[in-house]
Amino acid sequence: MSDEAMSARKQSGADAELVREPGREGVLSARGDWTLANVERLSNQVDALTARADQLDASGISRLDASGALLLERLFCRTGQNPTESGLTGQWRTLFEAVDSACDDEREPEPDREPQWRQILGRIGRATVEVSQSTRELMNFMGITVHRLARTVAQPWRLRLTSTVHHMEQTGLDAVPLLILLSGLIGAVVAFLGATVLRDFGAELFVIDLVTFAFVREFGVLLTAVLLAGRTASAFCAQIGMMKSREELDAIRTLGLDEIEVLVLPRLLALLVTLPLLAFIATISGLVGGLVVSVLSLDINLTLFIDRVEQTITLKHYLVGMIKAPIFAVVIALIGCLEGLRVSGTAQSVGEHTTTAVVRSLTMVIVIDALAAVYFMEIGW
Amino acid sequence: MVSDAEDNDQVPVIRVRGLDNRFGTDIVHQDLDLDVCRGEILGVVGGSGTGKSVLMRSILGLLRPSGGTIEVFGQRLKDSEDAQQVMSRRAGVLFQDGALFSSLSVLENVELPLKTHRPDLSTQLRRDLARSKIQLSGLSASTSPKMPSELSGGMRKRVALARALALEPELLFLDEPTAGLDPIGAAEFDRLLRTLQRALGLTVFLITHDLDTLYAICDRIAVIADRKILAAGPLGEIEKLDHEWIRNYFHGPRARAARHEQAATG
Repeated sequence: MSDEAMSARKQSGADAELVREPGREGVLSARGDWTLANVERLSNQVDALTARADQLDASGISRLDASGALLLERLFCRTGQNPTESGLTGQWRTLFEAVDSACDDEREPEPDREPQWRQILGRIGRATVEVSQSTRELMNFMGITVHRLARTVAQPWRLRLTSTVHHMEQTGLDAVPLLILLSGLIGAVVAFLGATVLRDFGAELFVIDLVTFAFVREFGVLLTAVLLAGRTASAFCAQIGMMKSREELDAIRTLGLDEIEVLVLPRLLALLVTLPLLAFIATISGLVGGLVVSVLSLDINLTLFIDRVEQTITLKHYLVGMIKAPIFAVVIALIGCLEGLRVSGTAQSVGEHTTTAVVRSLTMVIVIDALAAVYFMEIGW
Repeated sequence: MVSDAEDNDQVPVIRVRGLDNRFGTDIVHQDLDLDVCRGEILGVVGGSGTGKSVLMRSILGLLRPSGGTIEVFGQRLKDSEDAQQVMSRRAGVLFQDGALFSSLSVLENVELPLKTHRPDLSTQLRRDLARSKIQLSGLSASTSPKMPSELSGGMRKRVALARALALEPELLFLDEPTAGLDPIGAAEFDRLLRTLQRALGLTVFLITHDLDTLYAICDRIAVIADRKILAAGPLGEIEKLDHEWIRNYFHGPRARAARHEQAATG
């Protein structure tokens, strides 16, 4: 209803009020529309009553709704009078009785609030316990998945091939254009960055070494993992989470199937295959990005660049990069699927767990990458 | 009950004329007419896919009809914005599975319409009003702090009913209120609807498959078939009509059982 219509409606009925009858001691008179439109004012009038009141005359009420009836009930509680003697008529009487019988109108006391410092301590404690719990859960989940994987290796016909290939397409093939774009650009940025520093030493040629080392050892696989943590962990979590909230997981179980085998293994295997492939593509396009910058703006010619790259890369460097790819694949797939399985039914829960899946897989990827970098440096690779 | 002076009792609360609804080449409604009178419970029945929900969504303005006019409270709804404005204040809707907001508690769900349309109310009063609606819907006040996911299907529907009643609507839309409830729960819900409808003087537009609901609480029945309202009238008249779907629906074994039960309980 428009505002004009609303105000017209307010004016059409008599103004609602609660007044003392002049000349009749202790008698209150309720008049007008006791409806939601006037409920704030009426409620204030009811609460402001201080003097004694024995009787309520409700015969002046022209309209009543459930909100108004609630206030009337409060008044009758104060007067202690039988509502049938209040002059409430016909339809309003039915309404009042329905409200009266349903509502006890007891205001619950507000729960005591903990002091702030205890709340903060409590949150820290809860978060700590949650972290340790979820780590254990992840370990447990990894164990179950390895068990199912071993069983599938022993009984290869259990593998869901169609589903695996479908996920390879979704997580692998569909990510290729974006990955090429991103790592090509980062390659170019690294080359520019190197050139700025190395130009002062007249050592622009070492830009090639920088780009090669960065992409072959670290960035190729790290960029891929970061991209997939955002793109695939969230997708896995949301897919499985929705299935869980629609009881599809229960259906899987009642059909005698195993949700790890049906849902998790295909995703894990798909990622184990595609992540190293994508990492290779990312490495190449990073090098190409560096090459474009070197050729176009650093006056390094194409053959020189390629020669230099050939000299720099050894199998060792390549392995340092690639050995991390399957580890990242496992981390991303498992965290994505596990968070999906932990969804508890509501839309909000799906959202929360998807966020957790992305944040945790990203964190794990970067932590593992840092640890690996330190390790390989220490063993002199 | 809250009958405005300008709304004559003779004028139907909802008046649909020549409604067309088509999705691509799929025609759902063609030249559909329907009246809902003040203070009645109109039961809308029809086979699956005949467009009962589409009709409700058109009236509510959630769906833009391909043609035809819809008048509510004597006011012509020109577009869906118009409709939503009228409907959000003067009508309450109970969706099929309750459509409670899963991130809000029961009390917050019922408070939400009050918060939106009556920001002037004090927090305490708003809570009291919301709590009274929850109790009016047959739930105890201790349900208030619970989250929708902790409730059973029947309780969710009651909370949704409380939310629909929060703004003291004159018009109530119910989409399959008893679907998914056990027969005892469904009968209780029917009774609750009847009690509230009488006490609050509501006009009710009710979509249902449930024959028990039809026999127990509906004043009039509208049958949707062949893309239009095939017939609308009291149950006794509708039952006698000679149409294949109506015959199958009202004279099948389930209908006989429902009629029998109704006759037994009076």
